[in-house]
Amino acid sequence: MLSWLDTIIQGVLLGGLYALFAAGLSLIFGIMRLVNLAHGDLIILAAYILLSLTASWGIALVPAVAIAALALFAFGFALQYFVFNRTLRIGILPPLIVTFGLSIVIQNGLLEAYSADSRRLSAGALETASFSIEGALNIGVMPLLTFASAVLAICALNILFYRTSIGRAFRATSDDPEIVQLMGVDNRRIYALAMGVAMVVATIAALFLGLRATFDPTVGPARLLYAFEAVIIGGLGSLWGTLAGGVVIGVAQTIGAKINPEWQVLAGHLAFLGVLMIWPRGLFPRAID
Amino acid sequence: MIVRTRLSAWFAVLRARLPGRTRLADTDAARIAIGRPDSDRGRSCGAKSRRTDETAVRPQPAPDIASGYRVAVATPAWRYMIGASAPLLAFLIALPAFAGRGFIQELVFVFYMLALAQYWNLLAGYAGLVSIGQQAFVGLGAYLLFALTISAGLDPLLAIVVAGLVTGLVALPTALVVFRLRGAYFAIGTWVVAEVFRLVFAQVKQLGGGTGMSLPISVTNQTAIIKSIQALFNVKASAGRDILTYWIALALAGGTILLVYFVLRSRHGLALAAIRDSDEAAESLGVDNFKVKLWVYIVTAMGSGMTGALIYFQKARISPDAAFSVLDWTANVIFVVVIGGIGTIEGPILGVLVFYFLQTNLANFGSWYLILLGTLAITVMLFTPRGLWGFIAERYGLVLFPLRRRLITKEPDR
Repeated sequence: MLSWLDTIIQGVLLGGLYALFAAGLSLIFGIMRLVNLAHGDLIILAAYILLSLTASWGIALVPAVAIAALALFAFGFALQYFVFNRTLRIGILPPLIVTFGLSIVIQNGLLEAYSADSRRLSAGALETASFSIEGALNIGVMPLLTFASAVLAICALNILFYRTSIGRAFRATSDDPEIVQLMGVDNRRIYALAMGVAMVVATIAALFLGLRATFDPTVGPARLLYAFEAVIIGGLGSLWGTLAGGVVIGVAQTIGAKINPEWQVLAGHLAFLGVLMIWPRGLFPRAID
Repeated sequence: MIVRTRLSAWFAVLRARLPGRTRLADTDAARIAIGRPDSDRGRSCGAKSRRTDETAVRPQPAPDIASGYRVAVATPAWRYMIGASAPLLAFLIALPAFAGRGFIQELVFVFYMLALAQYWNLLAGYAGLVSIGQQAFVGLGAYLLFALTISAGLDPLLAIVVAGLVTGLVALPTALVVFRLRGAYFAIGTWVVAEVFRLVFAQVKQLGGGTGMSLPISVTNQTAIIKSIQALFNVKASAGRDILTYWIALALAGGTILLVYFVLRSRHGLALAAIRDSDEAAESLGVDNFKVKLWVYIVTAMGSGMTGALIYFQKARISPDAAFSVLDWTANVIFVVVIGGIGTIEGPILGVLVFYFLQTNLANFGSWYLILLGTLAITVMLFTPRGLWGFIAERYGLVLFPLRRRLITKEPDR
């Protein structure tokens, strides 16, 4: 009984990591219906940037995250403004192809730059620290920190989305990208801003990815798939839904792994397909596609 | 949106009635409205026959086309191509007699990529079903080949056909899952399904589990057909297998092009082209979108499964990661279609030649080659979304596989 509780707690915490992967994706998908197939690779790119800043340049982890977040904000803004914006509103195919192409380019670029070796970020003793409840449930500090960051990131995005003027522009653009232009909103700039914000969240995701597990240039697509599953289960445009989706995938994976270690990933995918069979639009859809 | 399309269809009808016009409508909706005088014959197909009962929204009646016109499909380039295709085909069939083994193997690659590209193009370019999970069917077909030849002792040739049919059968329940999703969700859903297939096959210990397995020599080199090819060309068994693979690949690629062309020329094709241009307008003109898309999904799964079986007959070694590789069987295929020109039959043919050229010259550069390929796909999509063939066709008015029904005046214009 206690071991099942343990499994579920681990699953929820793992779900936090997936929600963190998915939060940026959820934001841009909700605002501009852009399916960014390169999101997983962009997270890996951010992880390598963090690695370079800390390991090669000797910058401490916290300022390194700040520098990487700024750099990726600028990169995301430019990417959206100059590339992705050209693909929107001419059907679903062009953005898919362009982001798919970008995904291949980033993966192989990283392979050239950093080789195929598995790497990880280091945070000293914090990596393995854990505490126990009642002597039976062991909870790692790092997974808990990941989950807390996911909740914080989603809170922050929600405040940005619902309490600020930029957020109002985001929501308006999400609802009708043509009408907002009549109100003096430049939707191309709004889209670019949203992508920049998504990249900042991706940097945080990269931090926890790198601290919790090893990564190499090719793991992006698998992360992307979990993230997408979280977004879709959660429902279009709902950030809390994305967290719920991440938790569903995380719990399904840990339960699957408990039954048979080889079933971890499979269980997550099956849970995703199962949820969609019942709720094709996800659990908490905010916007209409 | 719908209203506008309908108006333009009517406008096209009116234009066509004016004397001195040689071209009919440009929109496929209009072609549905005019170009199909036989659509009331009651054949049960994707495009519903148009009812004329008063309760339904009254559809555009087929105009009585004055006797001074005729509807034509063929273009001069098409006639030249038909003329050239027979000697070309004969040449390709006879090629193993004088070409080297390495070249034959490369052509097999070209042919199976071409077949996969045509299927993906039919799926995404016409039916609007942008799948990034076609590797599910390639891998399934491949694994079926292994299961059927090793466990059931089938001849590999027969096994390839059966693998295709079974893949088509499996595609039906798959479709019922992924068809609940639309647009981007569909793309992700198909990918997840492919991952499920990969993970499930990695669990099947009889098929080698996660590490995979090889085809036994008895299947790859010692069948009756390979022995007769050996005798005919006086070559070793492995070369005989290459020649057999080459012929199957040639038949598959050629058959695929013919299949796609005749599907598109049929009333289903008209429905497909209408769906490609506008989902809603097609539906409003009486096309049963769901049924058409379901058929396309199943047929392309069948073809991809057969191609997958062929690919792994050539490779003779399978593993879940390779057979269900998203890069090899979907990403590269998408690049071929997009670079060549999506939504045309000529596009994938041109695309596969470009792809082959790039691969033979640049594959040694490893990841740089893939970076180039990705960049090329992005560039083409941003600047010439209709691909290289779209560019050529627009510039020179060249159509090798004509699909449009054009109205020709019998008397020359004065």
